[in-house]
Amino acid sequence: MITFDNVNKYYGEYHALSGINEHVAKGEVLVVCGPSGSGKSTLIRTINRLEAIASGRITVAGQDIYAPGLDVNAFRSHIGFVFQQFNLFPHLSVLDNCTLAPQRLRGLTRREAEERALALLERVGLAHKARAMPAALSGGQQQRVAIARALAMQPPLMLFDEPTSALDPEMVGEVLQVMRDLAQGGMTMVCVTHEMGFAREVADRIWFMDHGHVLERATPEDFFARPQHARAQQFLSDIRSPYGVPA
Amino acid sequence: MLELIHDYWLYFLVGRYPEGPLGGLALTVLLASLALVLSLPFGLLLGLARLSPWRLLRWPVAALIHVVRGIPLLLVIFWAYFFLPSITGHESGQFGTMLAALVIFDGIYLAEIVRAGVQAVPKGQVEAARSLGLTYLDSMRQVVLPQALRHMLPSLVNQFVSTIKETSLGTIIGLAEVSFIASQVNGLVLTKPVQVYFLLGMTYFVLCFSLSRAAFWLERRQARLLKAAA
Repeated sequence: MITFDNVNKYYGEYHALSGINEHVAKGEVLVVCGPSGSGKSTLIRTINRLEAIASGRITVAGQDIYAPGLDVNAFRSHIGFVFQQFNLFPHLSVLDNCTLAPQRLRGLTRREAEERALALLERVGLAHKARAMPAALSGGQQQRVAIARALAMQPPLMLFDEPTSALDPEMVGEVLQVMRDLAQGGMTMVCVTHEMGFAREVADRIWFMDHGHVLERATPEDFFARPQHARAQQFLSDIRSPYGVPA
Repeated sequence: MLELIHDYWLYFLVGRYPEGPLGGLALTVLLASLALVLSLPFGLLLGLARLSPWRLLRWPVAALIHVVRGIPLLLVIFWAYFFLPSITGHESGQFGTMLAALVIFDGIYLAEIVRAGVQAVPKGQVEAARSLGLTYLDSMRQVVLPQALRHMLPSLVNQFVSTIKETSLGTIIGLAEVSFIASQVNGLVLTKPVQVYFLLGMTYFVLCFSLSRAAFWLERRQARLLKAAA
């Protein structure tokens, strides 16, 4: 589904992505973790060209995403992207957030788009909020709407960039539940997240990143039980005992 | 003062119309309305051009803004009145001249308001729109501008109120708008300049204040709509 071929990216002098060579299979649920500044958000944002790369090649579904003549808007419309800050359109109702792109880009009539949106809102448990404005929703609800909005384009691939990091703790679960359902439905997913419980339970594979490198790629069992790289061992022990005391 | 109103109210409202051309308050309102209606899209285009990723579009507009902002409106009016006919070969009418000057002058101020409004919209909004596959123009029109417009409302009102008052400069090229008429009345009556200009001031105040109130009402309504729970 996604192939990184010697991908490099710099922010000025800083080497944000360093020679990434990786592959994500169709139907795979991949969790990317690592300390902040490790390049995981940058990596996921290169997949739909929100970030440009300096060198190398990325292909999605066999398509070189930097091929000359590629219609980048059409390309992006087949990849769902969920942001840390939800980024719902505050001037549009929940329903209109979900119908805007399908109407403008998929040629759906207002009615068809609303039917599709309502079905998806039902799936994330928010059909009753269809007429509400985003500001009237909790963070967890907003993020579930953001997922429904992305799904309304019927993408074969979903990218999640720290989808629960901006949420109050009690709202994390409802968002993860939606993601879990999506994974069980066979969606190809790349999730940058600090939710290690989710990673352990739902991920097919985990990448551990640091300083722009993918240092470790492993199944959840192997990653949590037998982390190979010293940096990964340190990371796991840090998140298990954030106060320096073994949990 | 009542006598003054009694004698001259019609002249004050419409000038010498219907025997002569339309003038007075009606002409002021017409000029101001047209200037607002035309300068907003003009300013919007200039503002978007100033934000454009293409230098070829951005630089000339930036230059225009810096130049026009650096000279008084009075000079813009003089230039439009004396300079334009020398290029076009036609004498420009006073109304057309004033309108053109106001649209250009206010358009460049509006352009900067538009720029500020657009830049105040969080970057994530554009990213979300573009991630869905919307084009640059679609994301501007559907996502960014509606939000930017809300941020811009107070500054827009400021600018529009200015525009209303700026129409009074039409006097200097003999346009029979309400200030010109007031001067005429003052010339006819001779003994009551304080009353005449007090009434003129009140007239502008009522126009501008109503616009401010209307905008304030709109702003509050917008805020309410954005928080609607269902």
